[in-house]
Amino acid sequence: MNIALRNTLGRFGRIVAALTILFSIFGGPILSQASAASTDGSPLIITGTVKNEKKPVEGVEFRITGNGLDEIATSNAEGKWLLEVEKKGIYEVEILLESLPKGVGLRDPEANIREANLNATNTAAVLFPLGKDTRVVQPIGDQIIIRLFAGLNLGLLLAVAAIGISLIFGTTGLNNFAHGEMVTFGALFTWLFHVELKMPLLVAAAITIVLSAGFGWLQDSALWKPLRKRRLGLNQIMIVSIGLSIILRQLFILFFEGDTKVLSSEYEKVVLGPINTTSSSLVSMGLSVAALAFVAWFLTRTRIGKAARAVSDNAALAAATGINVERIIRIVWVMAGALTGLAGILYGLQFQANYLLGAQILLLLFAAVTLGGLGKALGATVGAIIIGFVVELSALVIPIDLKYAAALIILIVVLLVRPQGVLGKKQRIG
Amino acid sequence: MDILNIFKLALGEMLSPTTITFVLCALGLAVHFGFTGLLNFGQAAFAAVGAYGMVISIDTLKLPLFLAVLMGILCSVIFALILGIPTLRLRADYLAIVTIATAEVFRYFMTTIGFSKVTGGSNGLSQFGSEFWAMNPIPAGNYNFGFATYRADQLYVLMVGWGAVIIGALILRLLMRSPWGRVLKGIREDEDAVRSLGKNVFFYKLQALIIGGVFASIGGMIFVLNLSNVQPQVWTTNFTFTIWSVLLLGGAATILGPIAGGMIFIALISITQGLMSGLVDMGLLPFLTQPDIAQIRLLLIGLSLMLLVIFRPQGLFGNKKETQFNG
Repeated sequence: MNIALRNTLGRFGRIVAALTILFSIFGGPILSQASAASTDGSPLIITGTVKNEKKPVEGVEFRITGNGLDEIATSNAEGKWLLEVEKKGIYEVEILLESLPKGVGLRDPEANIREANLNATNTAAVLFPLGKDTRVVQPIGDQIIIRLFAGLNLGLLLAVAAIGISLIFGTTGLNNFAHGEMVTFGALFTWLFHVELKMPLLVAAAITIVLSAGFGWLQDSALWKPLRKRRLGLNQIMIVSIGLSIILRQLFILFFEGDTKVLSSEYEKVVLGPINTTSSSLVSMGLSVAALAFVAWFLTRTRIGKAARAVSDNAALAAATGINVERIIRIVWVMAGALTGLAGILYGLQFQANYLLGAQILLLLFAAVTLGGLGKALGATVGAIIIGFVVELSALVIPIDLKYAAALIILIVVLLVRPQGVLGKKQRIG
Repeated sequence: MDILNIFKLALGEMLSPTTITFVLCALGLAVHFGFTGLLNFGQAAFAAVGAYGMVISIDTLKLPLFLAVLMGILCSVIFALILGIPTLRLRADYLAIVTIATAEVFRYFMTTIGFSKVTGGSNGLSQFGSEFWAMNPIPAGNYNFGFATYRADQLYVLMVGWGAVIIGALILRLLMRSPWGRVLKGIREDEDAVRSLGKNVFFYKLQALIIGGVFASIGGMIFVLNLSNVQPQVWTTNFTFTIWSVLLLGGAATILGPIAGGMIFIALISITQGLMSGLVDMGLLPFLTQPDIAQIRLLLIGLSLMLLVIFRPQGLFGNKKETQFNG
């Protein structure tokens, strides 16, 4: 190490000298990277359409702020509004609630501010789904019930996505940072088949799940298995997964553009007591529960499931008892791919899809998995539902734009107080 | 396609304040990861804490620049203590998740409307640069260096920034050659062995976290001083992983690595973007459009992270023996 160090220092001295020379001879324009105008000269546009029960709404005002800009745009007779801006970047669009006609409100009353991201594209569509005005002050009991329902909904979605992380971590020890992109994969491909190619939703979803499973298989056979063969350290593999997630995200932008895809605009309203929901949310919750039940059955009742748990507990011991560890890991990857693809479909149907969808919920997924105990598949379900409740209930007491922060703070606190998770076994974690 | 111009642009990018920021952050990360073996995925937050600490000191507390810079550094030290005291006992991958989560939480807090009186919310703050610019000793005018021209204020930022890099690198060099630096490397290789020699491993890790964090905070300050604004959406995980690419390209356990790595990395990206943009103009890449080229930057960052870790973990200037550890 000493020789290496001395070499480094020798080189260091030379580089400092070279730097000084470079610095004094050459130069170039200093590029400010905060705000470059659109690269090809085409205008940058933030736009949207406001409709209430399929009829356009005229005269709705939107306040667009960000990157030094603060302007108002108003919707025309077709319900369309747009604003041309000069700089790339992220803008905030606020729908001015007082400009809405009487009795009309936002379907999601908290989402009166949305983001328009003009970093990747020249046009950003910002949609505010309207519905009956729900801005009547609700009794706190009703609010809590509504929040609990929303939390359960979110928690179940996260659970389906998080089980994959948990299974993969359990069997291979990898914290897969590219998992969020598998969620995005499911949502974007469903959009491609269902909306672009006009396939029926069920067919589109079925193809997407098969593709997602194939994506899991491909990842393991082309990347992760060879890396395991090379005996690359787990932390190094984790960094590889970060690289993969960045690459996948950029590929999604290249192929799907950066705008938000609307997977379904038809909502059938369902009213359950104080809860206003849609049939698609209820179906999604049902499917999530079914998927989770299937995983529970699979892990506890089938030979392969039991083998997967044995590999999670102790891979060497499992191999010694005749379990083909690599085969189990491959099956886990395929299952994780399919489940995560399903989560992406359900998430996309309820909350729409863009290339960042998975990246935005990745840390919530890690929070869920850690909370439940790393590597415990069913722990992840409990963790995810807790995270869902925390995210939604926290909005009652803290500003709405901090609700994800609340979940991450829970993650940090759990790691500090009980790093083995709520259901995890105590073991050496230090 | 103007090849000469592409290389000129790349040279300018190599020396730009953005490169300075990445180099300083990567030097800090070298202390964390390269020398001590800590997986810090929240380096963007250290830079952001330094930047916001300085800007808010000027903006809200009305402190003079010199004190504000000290405040920025102090904030990053406090941030390192808050982050480190509870988490440095955890396993490496837990530390990774906690640091990335903390960085995101910090960004949410800087963005939220609730604190926007102090932080400027998602618009950020921009009224803090006057004292910095007033201290510019270089007479106004344009300065021509061979084939590029700098304004006096641009030259001033570069002087301050590269000055900080050189001083910082010299300090790091002394630190890492000292007995203290050898203990850090020992912790990286085998924590238990160091513990059995009677060293307080936790304390050393905490010191490493603080020192690396201070480097990042200075990088963050230079970044926002150059732009004369600070915005929360800059300090994302992409910022952190750009720093990781820079560090891994140069070599994690070196001091030269982050500096040369940063310059080479930024130049490579600039040249690739320039060449591809030229090819698109010539119609040779029919499946791409000009706005797509902007995506290449991040694509290259992701690709270099993967390829470097798999095929050349020691980077360009590192020693392979120093990258075999696994925390």
